[in-house]
Amino acid sequence: MTASAGAAGTRPQGFRGMRDRAGTLAASHRSITIIVGWIIVATALPLLMLVPPFSTFQTQSLWIDGFTNAGVFILLALGLNVVVGFAGLLDLGYAAFYAIGAYTYAFAASPTVPWISLHVPFWPMLLVGAAVAAMFGLLLGAPTLRLRGDYLAIVTLGFGEIVPAVFLNADKVTNGTNGIGGVYKPDLFGYQFTLGNPVPYYIAMVAIIAIVMILVYRLQDSRLGRAWMAVREDELAAASNGVNTVTTKLLAFALGASTAGLAGVFTASKLTFVSPDQFSFAVSFTILAMVVLGGMGNVWGVAVGAFLLYTIQSVLLKQLNPFFHTLNVPFLKDIDFVQYQFLLYGLALVLMMLLRPEGLFPSSRRRRELHTEVDEYVGDELGPDPSSSPMEQS
Amino acid sequence: MSEAAAPVTTVAPMVAPHGEVLLKLTDVHTYYGHIHALQGISIDVRAGEIVTLIGANGAGKTTTLKTVSGLLHPRTGRVTFEGRDISKTPAHTLVRQGIGHAPEGRRVFSRLTVLENLQMGAFTRSQAEMKEDLEHVYDLFPRLKERVSQGGGSLSGGEQQMLAIGRALMARPRVLLLDEPSLGLSPILVQQIFSIIQEINARGTTILLVEQNALQALTIAHRGYVLQTGSVVLSGSASEMRENEMVRKAYLGEI
Repeated sequence: MTASAGAAGTRPQGFRGMRDRAGTLAASHRSITIIVGWIIVATALPLLMLVPPFSTFQTQSLWIDGFTNAGVFILLALGLNVVVGFAGLLDLGYAAFYAIGAYTYAFAASPTVPWISLHVPFWPMLLVGAAVAAMFGLLLGAPTLRLRGDYLAIVTLGFGEIVPAVFLNADKVTNGTNGIGGVYKPDLFGYQFTLGNPVPYYIAMVAIIAIVMILVYRLQDSRLGRAWMAVREDELAAASNGVNTVTTKLLAFALGASTAGLAGVFTASKLTFVSPDQFSFAVSFTILAMVVLGGMGNVWGVAVGAFLLYTIQSVLLKQLNPFFHTLNVPFLKDIDFVQYQFLLYGLALVLMMLLRPEGLFPSSRRRRELHTEVDEYVGDELGPDPSSSPMEQS
Repeated sequence: MSEAAAPVTTVAPMVAPHGEVLLKLTDVHTYYGHIHALQGISIDVRAGEIVTLIGANGAGKTTTLKTVSGLLHPRTGRVTFEGRDISKTPAHTLVRQGIGHAPEGRRVFSRLTVLENLQMGAFTRSQAEMKEDLEHVYDLFPRLKERVSQGGGSLSGGEQQMLAIGRALMARPRVLLLDEPSLGLSPILVQQIFSIIQEINARGTTILLVEQNALQALTIAHRGYVLQTGSVVLSGSASEMRENEMVRKAYLGEI
């Protein structure tokens, strides 16, 4: 009895020690950790999909294709996290940059563009798409620098509506609502990517995500990352500490947008088609929900948030219909769950805000904000200052 | 425990230091949109001095500090620092040039730890310089050293004020602008903060101090200016001002 109790008492400690050591190791070799982590995840996921219940939902090939699409949203969430999570600027029109990236590649690599016919290879266009999106990030950032919070959100919302509207209405350039089809698929050293085989896209996507993630972590730890943190916390205090708030915010918009540009180029080449309705407000909102649910500011958190939300929406919701139908549950079997996607998002967000406002995997700072360390507070003998109390009287 | 934390008897030096004019405001007019907040302010601050601005709410004290530190810019008039015109220079550049500002309401980064707050204060400096400056700040505020890993928001009011001043010192300013450091603090803490301000000054930092607590401010300052609705209505040595009838009536609570 006592022996087993003793063992049970020491085991968590040993485990924690090991976990801490692994954590320190991972933190000091972060780039390698990211690469190794993604290799493991990317190998394990397709294998896991051969096992029931996953194998009963859809074929492994469809799963891999779905994961690649989820990867697009992971990229988008990583980028939006720079703007919202790092710099604290609420952007409700992020899909605009996604659209700009996608159209940039479509213009450069499709025979059906009305005014030009080019075939620029995919890989350099990834960088061009990122650069063009970053430029538009600056363009959006510049006039909105003085705005914060609600006002900034409204302007970005407007930007998110304007960009697809321009692509829709400039039909001499973009084919309008018909979109641009026949976009060339990538090839690598003569190997041609095909619609039939999702594996090359999957590998390319994992590689892109790993690179972006390493860069995002580097940015977070850089001087610029600290400047973002200061601006997010208190812009005036940041300025009086020597942070150039103008360039800091502009760079957040530009670098955040560049990731959406990458995602756009990738999507255009994978779907071989772009049209304005792929970039509606719903997309911006979905990405934001992914960032919030995953845990604003935490890079791995938003990646997992994006993956979970996309998989739930594109796979599991579809499975609910046949599931309730076979069980013949009254009422539930008549509901088309895919139709209720946004209702469910809304519910998930409301529940999240009530139960776990910092997200599934919060950054340590966000946790500190939302769970004030009341018990850690050691007041001085004179008691806390009245002006710092929320009940302050003016 | 450092000697700095112990209350030092605060007796104002009778003679003001006669250093070079470090900071000079000449007929400065600053606006908030249409509101004419500063209506022609002229102020000198000499190297090594503690100069205090006193005045009622809305007199323009905070606006003056913000105009100096580059958070606001004058519409007309000149602000010079070490002879250079800085009227249009943005705040982040002035931090590099040697103007430190502990803004009104402390504005510590409440979600960052004490150490991270101080590191943010050293944003314009190198890692090596930062280590030395950290020791300097801990020496002045031993309390902050005890709280290094605590969140800024969980500090008491006095500690937050210490952190705000310490953070501004991390940029190693030649002139430190302090906006109402005694606001909302208990009398003993006010004494403590003011003696630390004297200590900072004694170690070579020029100080421009805005205070509602006129008596305390005039006790440690060398010179003072009284502001009223955006203009300087009185200036002089601190001891003169303490004797001045108008000041005594309006700001020192005498009838």
